[in-house]
Amino acid sequence: MRRVVSVWFPTLPADRLRRLGGGAPIGTPLITAAHDARRQIVAAVDATAAALGLRAGMALAQARALVPGLAICPAEPDADAAALRHWAGWCLRYAPLAAADPPDGIWIDVTGSTHLLGGENRLLRDLINRLTAQGMEARAAIADTPGAAHAAARFGTASRIPSDTTHRGATRAALVPLPIDALRLPAATCDGLRRLGFERIGQLLATDRAPLVRRFGARVATRLDQALGLVFEPIVPVLPPERAQARLTFMEPLLTEAAFATVIARLAASVCAALETTGQGARRLDLLFERVDGSVQAIRIGTARPSRDARHLTRMLQERLERVDPGLGVEAMRLIAVQTDALIHTQTETRLADADPPEADIAELVDRLSNRLGADRIYRAALVESDVPERAVRRVPALRPATRMTWPPDWPRPVRLLDPPQPIDAMALLPDQPPVAFTWRRLRHRIRHADGPERIAGEWWKRDGEMRSVRDYFRVEDEDGRRFWLFRRGDGSDPTTGDLRWFLHGFF
Amino acid sequence: MLIVLFMFHDSAYRQKASGMRPATRLHDLRDQIARIERGAAARPGAVVRFGIPAIDEALPRSGLALGALHEVAGAGPDTEHGAAATLFTAGILSRMAGPVLWVVDHPDLFAPGLAGAGLHPDRVIFAEAGKDVLATMEEGLRHPGLAAVIGEISGRLSLVASRRLQLAAEQSGCPAFALRRSRQFDDPVLTEPTAAATRWRVASLPSLPVLAHAPAVPGLARARWRLTLTRCRGGEPGSWMVEACDAAGALCLIPDALIPDALISDALAGTRLRA
Repeated sequence: MRRVVSVWFPTLPADRLRRLGGGAPIGTPLITAAHDARRQIVAAVDATAAALGLRAGMALAQARALVPGLAICPAEPDADAAALRHWAGWCLRYAPLAAADPPDGIWIDVTGSTHLLGGENRLLRDLINRLTAQGMEARAAIADTPGAAHAAARFGTASRIPSDTTHRGATRAALVPLPIDALRLPAATCDGLRRLGFERIGQLLATDRAPLVRRFGARVATRLDQALGLVFEPIVPVLPPERAQARLTFMEPLLTEAAFATVIARLAASVCAALETTGQGARRLDLLFERVDGSVQAIRIGTARPSRDARHLTRMLQERLERVDPGLGVEAMRLIAVQTDALIHTQTETRLADADPPEADIAELVDRLSNRLGADRIYRAALVESDVPERAVRRVPALRPATRMTWPPDWPRPVRLLDPPQPIDAMALLPDQPPVAFTWRRLRHRIRHADGPERIAGEWWKRDGEMRSVRDYFRVEDEDGRRFWLFRRGDGSDPTTGDLRWFLHGFF
Repeated sequence: MLIVLFMFHDSAYRQKASGMRPATRLHDLRDQIARIERGAAARPGAVVRFGIPAIDEALPRSGLALGALHEVAGAGPDTEHGAAATLFTAGILSRMAGPVLWVVDHPDLFAPGLAGAGLHPDRVIFAEAGKDVLATMEEGLRHPGLAAVIGEISGRLSLVASRRLQLAAEQSGCPAFALRRSRQFDDPVLTEPTAAATRWRVASLPSLPVLAHAPAVPGLARARWRLTLTRCRGGEPGSWMVEACDAAGALCLIPDALIPDALISDALAGTRLRA
């Protein structure tokens, strides 16, 4: 199913000016002014000006009268459009297909590439955080269709509309309460609809279409269908020209996987040759399939290390071919190295003695597994300086250089950890004795040997709730010789340190 | 060729039965056949040893073959979590060098515990594969450069799937370990035939008091396991009592004389002891 992100820059002109160092400092109301053939009007406002009651379309003289000390810049629609294209190009970091949605939005077709950033919610958060950090105020929403995402970004309350494939009718339900302005209709049409009493999209969906189309033209019905996904709405992606890329067009549309595989090998070879001349290696590659019906399908792969090994890249791309729906046929394919890093030739050392085997390179394996399972599923465990067992381990990328650090060996730790710890019934003498027996999953374990307590205090600098909390850990062995890691909440004498319940936390 | 091999098998068996060590000439011939079958890349002779003569001698070539699939499972109530089996595997890995790929279906491994058996966290790459454990293991085995691939397999491992893993391991010379787990105690699924070269059962045994002369003194001595080699291609099954992995991953055999009689009779109920 298609998934599209719509980004909305509510104050694009003001943010652009401020990023260029012009306009006025943040906190001072800033507007841009244009001429509408009769008088000077306000073209765009920033957040401060909007809070003071200024709106686009207002007469400039009125704005001046309302807000003293207003900073005014001339409107530059062409520069705004160029900025939008720039940001659309920037958004290619998230997915292979991104397009400007004038005057103040961007569409990103993230179908099949959300896993590279750990899911849709994390993608949206990352996108907004990065844009805000660069001084661009932005809102974003994700939905099945460009129309629905566009509406949700500007008028919706939730930033994520679930897919119709998993939640039947989710798009429709999300659109129903939105105002009709969310449909990307001309202002005159919206006014006309409002005069007839249509305020919400839900009312439009519930009414007969024929009279609406007769009165307002086919646009209303088309926009509704596009938002609901009944009519496909292609987006025309921006292509960054400076990237290493290769394109092949075909005499006859291609349909079979074998044909695609051959083309991929040729494209990869020419992209790798282009990368070699600039001393770069690909970190992220997009393969676009231009279908005969005008839509574009894309697959994206990422590498953990820059690579221009055509054989490796070809294999990774071919593994993802099953995600491509060729439809009636593909008439052209394009391979683009979206993200590249410097990759310099290294001289291999001659080994006089053949005793030690060559250094193993596992980057290719990590790439292939990351592309198959998702990048966050391949990891190494690294040490965190924390005594709380759940926090003592952190996941780091598999190819991060080795730290040679390990956990202190003095405190034995279980090899399997239960997360969360499971409550058990235990009998023990207070305050310091290990349990005599405990029951877990209706099985009673009599304890023969025990070691402890190892007292682990809460990390009060992280959470207020851990100010006084204490866990007393015991390593115990039952009569069969199985070893468990148990703990009791609380130190056994002071009730503020815990409620004295027992938990099983791991196995040795 | 097959007939010749069978004959050698037979003669090796007779030699063993009469108490002699298997002839090195036989190994040479087997290596030759392996080289003809799989090309020069195969390292058929490479093994990793336990450093305990009693165990090593039960295995062909006196060690755990590198290019092969090995199965390890827990026993009794530990079948589900296989904590002892995991530590046993980690101990073997800590005696090898290089990165290892540890494929899990759900993450409940605790890296500090593995480090406690001598497996440094820098060496272990974890892969959370969900339902794709077997495919991910095979991918890892076919890639040169890994020291070992470990897969946690819940439930059934079919003959075909295990054969694929065994072939991949043979080709790359990289050992594969299947950590078998099951929610059912001593699941009969775990005893179904597979293509694995060896099959190990690791069961916990009660440990001794810290101070033998003062059993009331609290504390935990080194854990003890009953290590059972239930299946071994080209070797003899056996069962040993060992002290669990130390910080360097090494086991320590408990001589039969030091085992209290009561313990033996307890532990042997239902377990096959070495003849």
